[in-house]
Amino acid sequence: MKREIMMRVHSARVYNGGTYGLLKLVPVEGILPGDIEPGQFVQVDVPDCKGAFLRRPISVNFVDYEANELWLLVRAAGKGTRSLIACVEGQQLSVILPLGRGFSMPEKGGRVLLVGGGVGVAPLLYFGKVLKDNGYVPEFALGARSAGDLLMLDEFEKYGPVHVATENGELGTKGFVTQLPAMAEDIAHIACCGPTPMMKAVAKIAKARGINCEVSLENAMACGLGACLCCVEDTDHGRVCVCTEGPVFNINQLKWEL
Amino acid sequence: MGTLSVNIGGLELQNPVLTASGTFGYGEEYEDLMNVNSLGGIIVKGTTLLPREGNPGPRMAETPAGMLNAVGLQNKGVDYFIDHIYPRIAEKFSTEIIVNVAGSTVADYEKVCEKLAPLPRIRAIEVNISCPNVKQGGMAFGTTTAGAAEVTRAVRKAWPKTVIMKLSPNVTSIVDIAKAVEAEGADCVSLINTLMGMAIDVERRRPYLSTITGGLSGPAVKPVAVRMVWQVAKAVGIPVIGLGGIASTRDALEFIMAGATAIQIGTANFIDPSISEKVAKGLAEYCAANGLKSITEIRGII
Repeated sequence: MKREIMMRVHSARVYNGGTYGLLKLVPVEGILPGDIEPGQFVQVDVPDCKGAFLRRPISVNFVDYEANELWLLVRAAGKGTRSLIACVEGQQLSVILPLGRGFSMPEKGGRVLLVGGGVGVAPLLYFGKVLKDNGYVPEFALGARSAGDLLMLDEFEKYGPVHVATENGELGTKGFVTQLPAMAEDIAHIACCGPTPMMKAVAKIAKARGINCEVSLENAMACGLGACLCCVEDTDHGRVCVCTEGPVFNINQLKWEL
Repeated sequence: MGTLSVNIGGLELQNPVLTASGTFGYGEEYEDLMNVNSLGGIIVKGTTLLPREGNPGPRMAETPAGMLNAVGLQNKGVDYFIDHIYPRIAEKFSTEIIVNVAGSTVADYEKVCEKLAPLPRIRAIEVNISCPNVKQGGMAFGTTTAGAAEVTRAVRKAWPKTVIMKLSPNVTSIVDIAKAVEAEGADCVSLINTLMGMAIDVERRRPYLSTITGGLSGPAVKPVAVRMVWQVAKAVGIPVIGLGGIASTRDALEFIMAGATAIQIGTANFIDPSISEKVAKGLAEYCAANGLKSITEIRGII
């Protein structure tokens, strides 16, 4: 069930000189809804920001039910997200959650690879945790431009082996995630989130090798509730809202030319 | 009769707050977040004779104090609405359900009206002659007095209950259009639909919208809407429903003072999903605080 709740910034930190921010939010009253799933997103009202009129859709980075915390990892992409990153401890934000359809649980047995690029690694952290809790051994393949853009590696390491690639070669394999040795081995299931060209490259590999593959889209949204029909994507069942039918789609549902 | 009850061309509303077509889905999208039945009514998504896929993405661009959209009347068609959506929402909601009707030809409008007419819970239609995002029909009808009159005449014959004509602001004289639809028997007018606009991504050297131009909504358009409501309310005898950037009780009061009998909340639903319920409550509080027996006491006082 969707809810609008007021949340307080419990802690805020920035990465890479303010290019990214991690907000840990706690509900002002009560406890976090128990039905937040990996791959879902929230709509955050940006406080006191002249240039941001609409809420900002942000994927769920992590849910720490013991600490009653929701984590949001945000890239400074524009005025709204910059304003979110600038939030300080104690500040209150209106958040609508949980929204959309998240990642599905893979079939047991095969190797599960969570592939992330840039800030797209965000939803894979909570998915990795839930997979581990359910007896899977997820592996992470994370890529970014430089070492400074590889975020939260210590957190990912808690839930499975982490393979990294940087475009400038500062850390891990030089190049894209698709060039990681971990991508060349047998894989049964991929969950992927990152820039569209990167997701398409991963989807192409998955399709060629018959790997079950889900991707998380981020089409521009207004309502996030399935009412305005702004964020549509063409699929095998027509033009659908990414905010309600997604953001996670199986690549077989999409009309991508691979 | 309650303090807030109003009559829009034969249809009695428990309060003047409606939700604008295309911003509130079928009400179900918001039911977790607010009490839909607290409203005067909901106006559901533009409904056409045949299913429409709408325009390709991207369909949305944020602009200063507003947004552009280029949805293009995506809907599953009137038959799907009647068979699958209406039974569900008629059962769920006790508030008025108004269907926004759109078409590419005059015959389309007529046929949709004929199909909807037997539904007992649909007691009013809002006729969209003002969508800026479709190539045929839509705004083409709403930008000439002859076109607006022609659609009104046809709909008037096919629909026995309340007819609301939704007007476009993208005209030289919205007053002339309003008078033309009144003369053909419209019970009510609603205004304004979105203002045609455009925005360019200078880094990519491309328009943000797939259709290049789109419809501007949000607080950015509010002063234009208030002005048009004031002009039209002075010029016609039928009730005026005001919309365009309403995001607070104060905004709603502005439209009512300018002459609106009822108001619609649109884009503000995206930012605060329970804003419509809050405005309905806010209007009741305003009446109580100012000793009004009826909200109509302040209607058109400017």
